[in-house]
Amino acid sequence: MTDKKPIVVMKGITIEFPGVKALDNVDLSLYPGEVHALMGENGAGKSTMIKALTGVYKINAGSITVEGKPQLFKGTLDAQNAGIATVYQEVNLCTNLSIGENVMLGHEVRDKIGMINWKKTHAKAAGFLAEMGLGSLDTHAPLSSISIAMQQLVAIARSMVIDAKVLILDEPTSSLDANEVEELFAIIRKVRDSGVAILFVSHFLDQVYQISDKMTVLRNGKFIKEVVTKDTPRDELIGMMIGKSAEELSQIGTKKTRREPEPGEKPIASVHDFGKKGSINPVDMDIYKGQIVGFAGLLGSGRTELARLFFGADKADSGSFTFNGHKLTVADPSTALRNKIAYSTENRRDEGIIGDLTVRENILIALQATRGMFRPIPKKEADEVVDKYIKELNVRPADPNRLIKNLSGGNQQKVLIARWLATNPELLILDEPTRGIDIGAKAEIQQVVIDLAGQGIGVIFISSELDEVVRLSDDIEVLKDRHKIKEIENDDTVSQETIVQTIANTNVNSGKEE
Amino acid sequence: MAEEKKNAEEKTSSFKKLLSSNLTWSVVAFIVLIIICTIFDHGFLSLKWNTNTGGLAGPLITMIQESARYLMIATGMTLVISTAGIDLSVGSTMAVAGAVAMQMLIGGSNVWVAILCALLVGLLIGCVNGALVSILGLQPFITTLIMMLAGRGLAKVITSGQNADASSIAGIAPLRWMANGFIVGIPANFIIAIIIVAIVGLLARKTAMGMMIESVGINPEASRMTGIKPRRILFMVYAISGLLAAVAGLFATASVMRVDVVKTGQDLEMYAILAVVIGGTSLLGGKFSLLGSAFGAIIIAMIRKTIITLGVDAAATPAFFAVVVIIVCVMQAPKVHNLSAEMKRKRALKAQSKAVAA
Repeated sequence: MTDKKPIVVMKGITIEFPGVKALDNVDLSLYPGEVHALMGENGAGKSTMIKALTGVYKINAGSITVEGKPQLFKGTLDAQNAGIATVYQEVNLCTNLSIGENVMLGHEVRDKIGMINWKKTHAKAAGFLAEMGLGSLDTHAPLSSISIAMQQLVAIARSMVIDAKVLILDEPTSSLDANEVEELFAIIRKVRDSGVAILFVSHFLDQVYQISDKMTVLRNGKFIKEVVTKDTPRDELIGMMIGKSAEELSQIGTKKTRREPEPGEKPIASVHDFGKKGSINPVDMDIYKGQIVGFAGLLGSGRTELARLFFGADKADSGSFTFNGHKLTVADPSTALRNKIAYSTENRRDEGIIGDLTVRENILIALQATRGMFRPIPKKEADEVVDKYIKELNVRPADPNRLIKNLSGGNQQKVLIARWLATNPELLILDEPTRGIDIGAKAEIQQVVIDLAGQGIGVIFISSELDEVVRLSDDIEVLKDRHKIKEIENDDTVSQETIVQTIANTNVNSGKEE
Repeated sequence: MAEEKKNAEEKTSSFKKLLSSNLTWSVVAFIVLIIICTIFDHGFLSLKWNTNTGGLAGPLITMIQESARYLMIATGMTLVISTAGIDLSVGSTMAVAGAVAMQMLIGGSNVWVAILCALLVGLLIGCVNGALVSILGLQPFITTLIMMLAGRGLAKVITSGQNADASSIAGIAPLRWMANGFIVGIPANFIIAIIIVAIVGLLARKTAMGMMIESVGINPEASRMTGIKPRRILFMVYAISGLLAAVAGLFATASVMRVDVVKTGQDLEMYAILAVVIGGTSLLGGKFSLLGSAFGAIIIAMIRKTIITLGVDAAATPAFFAVVVIIVCVMQAPKVHNLSAEMKRKRALKAQSKAVAA
């Protein structure tokens, strides 16, 4: 391996934002035919590093060399021309164009007078896709007609079209299920073997160990170490990432004891035949004060759809919702919030943060909306709320006047949780609160969920990670194919395996285990 | 030593901040225009006391008199643009409001009733825009473009196609004063406009109105999820824009007590948009600056005054206007500010490549 020459050498990279060094003297080298993982907590500087390499951010100091040539990227186009392709967490293709058009965008086959020959273009696209084992895709179908997972593969195919020397994969697996991840990895290996250098960023340690050859660890914008993956035990890696020893981490994993409803206790929220056509089939369930109810199910099982009905983000068209003893029609989020129901979305970017507003405004906005536009929160009270939650949830940097879009994903998530807590909810729905978040922040958020239930808030906790659901929940509602298939009382006998078995063995239509 | 260095750093950073602020460049542009005018007309800055009107007189005074109407429409436009919308109908709304006021005065109604009706009609036009955009979800550009065309027609219908002239009607003094009068020597319309801008500014920043408008402009779906009702916000900004356009219409028509159904408010929607852009509010919506837009409005009036002072040929005035606006926008562009830093970095890169080659 030592005889190979690196394709990319980044040396002493420093990037400053007003008042903060996002990256401080960081090195990174990528070799052809290697998968290199960039590791670190949220806010460690992984995304910033990627943005430096893709030309999104200009570097304040340091150098980037691609194939021996020093480069100064002024924009993403410069980086692309240098052979650097990126597949982002959220697929950045045009969903309204066809698959073939997306693959070939900007590289369409043209005839002599410069007109696009669509037939040949699609044929070429099909060729590229077939090379990656995606021959079954119809290149004329719109991109939106295939799953996010497939879209991601199409995005990778695209990087082959532009003849990339470096492929950056930023959290490519965060919305994929296990099979899709396998498919993706098969393709990554193909691309790797063709001599491309791959930079891989993921929060899933298992996946990093499965696919990467080397790792570079960052912490707080500083370079910690470059290591060979197979020689580095996991606890050592985690220790490097968060700057703590492995023992300190072990306490996160214990399972919470189940809170049983008292005999005769009335639920805080109770739904009967609650559903919406085409979205989630009618559901019955109860939530008690201080209880954590987990929703378990695969992506597309109807977890989010059900949660949105509770909050009025979508309107239920059947059944009834009793909240605190009163019948309630939640027509919109505004009604839900005024009745002390809050929902933290799984789609942080599109439905959560208001990017150009400050952390302070993002925390206060829901509370303000419940008071109405012309009854501003008194400054002193506002300051107290903001200070309190920034401290309690450990938002970093602890600067209320920073724009939320400049925070890392985990800290944006904390600000959003602060926003909902500020409304003083009695029922709090958390949809994937720990998605795309590193171990440290994850543990913090899990602890927050337990504390909230301890304060008597009813919590609905939704997560793709079953171990999380099993650890935190008192009751688990198992969903499959837009049906609630089972309610599990989560005592000591229940494990991840129980839920997996339930999902695998229950027939949706009969509701019975096969 | 270290402290000194830190101080110097702070100084340069605050200087940089000043340079990157749109407001700074608006002020610079304003001063440059005044200097140019003073060179051409040495009496440009002179102020005389006019005993007939009981106010100050001079080129600057007529300039701020004219700026009042721009201040009004630019303020409304700022709120609309902040929601990622646009209101092309403000010029026509001015004509409609003016037509209502003049026609009612000619018909013998009380001057205060005429003013009130003009304002209500402006508000109504704004509400129609707002309803179409917020409830039906039509595109703001199309909706207000149609209203711009319809408004001209409406003004003609109101005056039966004539340019209604109410200058000889008795009892119109209060309206005349609104446009031509003075308060302690300063044009009344300018003071009224500043007071209205201040009220809107206080409402925007001392209540949650500003934050909610910006929030809807930045991310409507996320705003809905926080319990804000984006439709109400949209409806409100168009209504405000219509009402303020009516005030502008009164300023514009009352100065001559005559509405010109074709020319009153003509092109003024463009001036309003330019004022907002000069003021630093992005046409993509989001963060807005009412103070910036107010300066933008005054700059627009100043450019028009410059055209008159320099005696630019009537045929060439639109081109002149355009050139000055472009220069102001270029001065504000962040890319221009970064030019020197960019060049430094390029030199460094060249040196680096040479070193590698060697």
